Amino acid sequence: MSAETPMPKDAAISLHNIVKEFGAGDQVIRVLHGIDAEIRSGELTYLVGESGSGKTTMISIIAGILYPTKGSVNVFGQDIYSLSDNDLVKFRLDTIGFIFQQYNLIPTLTAAENAAVPLVAAGMKRAEAVARGRDMLDKLNIADQADKLPRQLSGGQQQRVAISRALVHEPRLVVCDEPTAALDAKSGRRVMDLLREVALAEERTVIIVTHDNRVFDLADRILVMEDGRITHDGTEMPDY
Amino acid sequence: MTWIAIRMLTGDRQKFFGLLFGVAFSALLITQQLTIFLNLIERGATAVYNTPAANVWVMDPVTRTTDVVLPLPSTALDKVRSVQGVDWAVPMMRANANVRTPEGDLEGVGVVGIDDATLIGLPSKIIEGSREALYEPDSVFIDEVGAGRLFPPGTSPIGERLELNDRRAVIRGIVDINPSFTSTVVFYTRYSNALNFVPGTRNRMSFVLARSAEGMTPKQVATRITAATGLKARTRDEFAKDGIDFIIENTGIPINFGITVALGFIVGVAIVGLTFSLFIRDNIKQFGALKAIGVTNNKIRLMVAAQALLVGIVGYGFGVLAAVLFIYGFENSPEFKGFYVPWQIPLLTAVVVLVMILLTGWLALRSVLKTEPAEVFR
Ligand SMILES: Nc1ncnc2c1ncn2[C@@H]1O[C@H](COP(=O)(O)OP(=O)(O)OP(=O)(O)O)[C@@H](O)[C@H]1O
Ligand SMILES: [Mg+2]
Repeated sequence: MSAETPMPKDAAISLHNIVKEFGAGDQVIRVLHGIDAEIRSGELTYLVGESGSGKTTMISIIAGILYPTKGSVNVFGQDIYSLSDNDLVKFRLDTIGFIFQQYNLIPTLTAAENAAVPLVAAGMKRAEAVARGRDMLDKLNIADQADKLPRQLSGGQQQRVAISRALVHEPRLVVCDEPTAALDAKSGRRVMDLLREVALAEERTVIIVTHDNRVFDLADRILVMEDGRITHDGTEMPDY
Repeated sequence: MTWIAIRMLTGDRQKFFGLLFGVAFSALLITQQLTIFLNLIERGATAVYNTPAANVWVMDPVTRTTDVVLPLPSTALDKVRSVQGVDWAVPMMRANANVRTPEGDLEGVGVVGIDDATLIGLPSKIIEGSREALYEPDSVFIDEVGAGRLFPPGTSPIGERLELNDRRAVIRGIVDINPSFTSTVVFYTRYSNALNFVPGTRNRMSFVLARSAEGMTPKQVATRITAATGLKARTRDEFAKDGIDFIIENTGIPINFGITVALGFIVGVAIVGLTFSLFIRDNIKQFGALKAIGVTNNKIRLMVAAQALLVGIVGYGFGVLAAVLFIYGFENSPEFKGFYVPWQIPLLTAVVVLVMILLTGWLALRSVLKTEPAEVFR
C-alpha cells in the first residue's frame, strides 16, 4: 500500500467548481460560489459554518439529491450527476446512508422495521430485512427497543434507529445533516460517539453537518463554510 | 415496499378509518339508492309481471300503462280471438273503486276483474283460500300487503265483509303480489263480478290478454292483432317497459335519486380526498426520506396505489355489504317487498368507487412526486 503517499488516502468524493443558484430571472441567488473539495475515505469529516452559509446545500449536492447549477460531483469514481434520474436513485440506494435532523422515521413502523427500510427498498424479503434491521439496532445498543414505535422512544433512541437505517445496507458514504440538533448535550454526544464508532470504517466515508462545537474533537477533518465558500480545511477548528 | 405502504396507512387508525368510512359511505349510498330506484321504477311493471301467462296485451290505442287505461268495447275480445296466431284471449278489467272498511274508513283500491272461465290473471301465489273460492258469490281476493293496510295486524281478513263501491264483497282469499308503484290495495274478482262492482258505461274492458300460438313469437302475434283489429298490442316485455318508462317520464324519481347518487359520490370524493391528502401531508417528510434513501418514483406510485386500493376494496366491501343488509333487512316491510339487488348495481358502484380512488389517489400522488428529496434536509 502507499502508506507514505502525501496525497489523500483515497479521494472518495471530489467536487469540481460547484455552483448552486436558487430562483430564476432577477431573483437568482447564488448560494455556492464554485466549490472545489476532496473528501477522503475512512474519515469522519465535519462541515461547519454559520447558518445560511450553504452547508445543507453542499451536503445535499454531495449526497446526490440536489442538482448543482454548475460543476461536477464524483463519488467513488462515479460522476453522479451524469447518471440518469433512475440510475442516480439506484446509486443513492446502494451507496449512501442518510441521517436527518428530524429522524424522519415512519411513525407506524417499529424500530426494527424502520431500520430495515433501505433493504426493503432494494428488494429484500421482509423477514430477512427486519432481522438485519434488528441486528443493526443491537450494534447501536437499542435491541431492547426493536419492537417499539418511534413515538415510544426518546429523541436519542430515535436517532439511533435512524443511524441503524442509514447503516443497515452498509453504504460506503454516510451523510448526516445536524444529527444532534434536536437532542440534549448528553444524548447528542452519545450519538456522535456512536457515529464515530459504528458508522466509520476503513472503507466508509462519513460527512456530518453540525453546529455543535462540543464534539469537534471527534472529527478527522473539519471544513468550514462561509457565505458559500470553504474558508478552512484542516484537522482542527481554526481559532477565532 | 407494499407492506410498508399498507402499514403506513393502517397504522394511522384515525385516517384509515376516516378513509374507509368515506368510501363505505359512498358505496352504501350509491348501492342503496340505485337499488331502491330500480326496484321502485320496476313497480311500474308489477301488474304485467303478476300475469305471466299472457304474453300479449291488447288495449285501446291511447292506453299507456296498466293504470292509465281507456276501456275497450266488449267486442274487442272476439276480434282478438279470431286473429290467426292467437292461442287464447281473455278479458281483464282494471278499475279504481272505494272500499268502506268495517271500521268505517274509506280507502281507494284497485279492482282487477279476471276471466270467469279460466281465472287467467289471478296471481299464482295464493296465501290463503283456494282458486275455487273465487266462484262464491261476491267473492274477492285481497293482496297480502293491502290486507295488512286495511285490517289490524294479527286478524285474518278471510270472511270479512266490505262495501266495495257500495256493493257487498266478501274476502275469500289472500294473494301474494309485489305492490304496484302506487301501492294501492288490490282486489281480484271474477270479470262478471267486477262489472257489478264498477258501474259505468258500456265499455269497461281494460285489456284483452292473449297468448301467442306455438311457433309464433309474441311480437309477430302482436303485429297481426294490430293489423287485424286496429287495437294496440304490446308484448309482455314491451308493456312492462311502458309501465317503467311512464314512471321515469312522469315522476321526479329519476332526478331525486340521481341527485342522491351524485351527492354520495361527491361526499365520498370530498371525505376520501381530504383525508387522503391529509394523510399524505402528514407523511410527506417520510415519503421525502424514502425518495432520498433511494425509492424510485415508480415504487412511490405503487405504494400510493396500494394504499388507495386497500381503502377502495375494504371500504367498498363494507359499503355494499351494508347496503345489501339494509335491503334484505327490510324485505318484510311492505315498502320494500320484493326488492332485490341486481348484480349490475354493485358492479356500477365498484366502477364509481374506482373512479373515486383513482381521482383522490392521483391528487395525493402528485404532491408526493413533486416533493424534492432535497427537502428532507430542510
Ligand atoms: N430551495 C431554496 N430556495 C431558495 N433559497 C434557498 C433554498 N435552499 C437554500 N436556500 C438559501 O441558500 C442559503 C444556504 O442555505 P443552507 O440551507 O444550505 O444553509 P445552512 O448552512 O445549512 O444553514 P443552517 O445552518 O441554518 O441549516 C440560504 O441563504 C438559504 O436561504
Ligand atoms: Mg442546514
